[in-house]
Amino acid sequence: MTGTNEARDGRIGNWKVGVVTSIRRESASGRSITIDVPGWGGNIAGQHTDVRLTAQNGYTAVRSYSVASAGVGDRIELAVDRLPSGEVSPYLVDTLREGDELELRGPLGGWFVWTPEQSESVQLIGGGSGIVPLMAMIRSHEASGSTTPFRLLYSVRTPLDAFFRAELESPTANLEVTWIFTRRAPSGCSRPAGRITAADLEAHGFPAALSPTVFVCGPTGFVETVATALVALGHEPNRVKTERFGGA
Amino acid sequence: MAVISRGFIGRGGETDPDLPAGQYLTADFPVLSAGPTPHIDTADWQFSIRTDSDTLHTWNWDELHALSIEDIDTDIHCVTRWSKLGTSWRGVSLDTLFATVKTTDEYVMAHSYGGYTTNVPLADLLGGQAWIALEFDGNKLDPEHGGPARLLIPHLYFWKSAKWIHGLEMQSQDKPGFWEQNGYNMFGDPWLEQRYW
Repeated sequence: MTGTNEARDGRIGNWKVGVVTSIRRESASGRSITIDVPGWGGNIAGQHTDVRLTAQNGYTAVRSYSVASAGVGDRIELAVDRLPSGEVSPYLVDTLREGDELELRGPLGGWFVWTPEQSESVQLIGGGSGIVPLMAMIRSHEASGSTTPFRLLYSVRTPLDAFFRAELESPTANLEVTWIFTRRAPSGCSRPAGRITAADLEAHGFPAALSPTVFVCGPTGFVETVATALVALGHEPNRVKTERFGGA
Repeated sequence: MAVISRGFIGRGGETDPDLPAGQYLTADFPVLSAGPTPHIDTADWQFSIRTDSDTLHTWNWDELHALSIEDIDTDIHCVTRWSKLGTSWRGVSLDTLFATVKTTDEYVMAHSYGGYTTNVPLADLLGGQAWIALEFDGNKLDPEHGGPARLLIPHLYFWKSAKWIHGLEMQSQDKPGFWEQNGYNMFGDPWLEQRYW
């Protein structure tokens, strides 16, 4: 069995060496990082990659990150939020510079993904850096010319905490974006600041009767709240795909 | 030859011999699941083993609790790279449940409430290696951690320890379960880093 599995590991391939081509500030703690990874060969929207760091003494640390980009080619974008007690994310946010090399392995994952062949309505619900795989879906949707209706509910603490703010503030014709601010809403925002509720999902999400595919990504508490509320609103549990950011 | 990450020190230190390669220690108990958390009333709960002869062995909540409940102290390793050492569980050994089951099949598909599946060789469920876990750290299992009952197979990556366990189905061949169809390894030994296809 081991031999078979080793052969199958070859489908994801060995570690590839990428070069950071640009880093953009998304928020005080968030950066998007564009990397050229020869041999990457493209990914489906929603997939992730392992990132490996190696210290001078040989110590290594590996974590998985969602890819914010989708499509063919060897250039990918990650977006990373610094976890205060994290080991890899502080390095990626604070130390990594353009021109640095980074080892990656992927793309990984075949469940929390969207492909342009899907024709049903799509409801995206993201909390914090949980926007990253959803952003890949939004970009794939736009790049493919898909006319399938997309809606995004994006929950962030304050406007300054939003990733991809400019891109999401001028969405394309087939994408509707609703912002949920949990700590401080901008002036002129009719919804007071507060955590996402079933009422938000009912007011701004696709109704269950439309049988949308729903992608929910964020911290565990956020995902639990949203997924439970969606089921209570009548969404079929098997149409609600979740990805929880639980680790450090 | 690995690429040295300029300026990376990491937590470094001694490598813990109880930590498989590519894992890091956590004191938390992260939650990973593919969909909404099912909420199951123990009054309706049932666990079954379906054998090749199409015989169904079933236990309800009270019947399961009438069996011998063991204390389990073990390390757990998630494929998303966190490991938790020295965790405490209570549950019923699969050896106890299989004591009255006759089968010639060597493979098992675990089925969960909510539709999750995962495949395991029968040999990895027997011999004091696997349990139907009912408690974690002295408390009944939270729904988000798989309550009221989950499979516990700590020598494999934790996606094999199916949450919200509902039944085991014997099968003559090893077929892929949910994550095994979606990019993860058929067996999942953390000590061999059998993570992906």
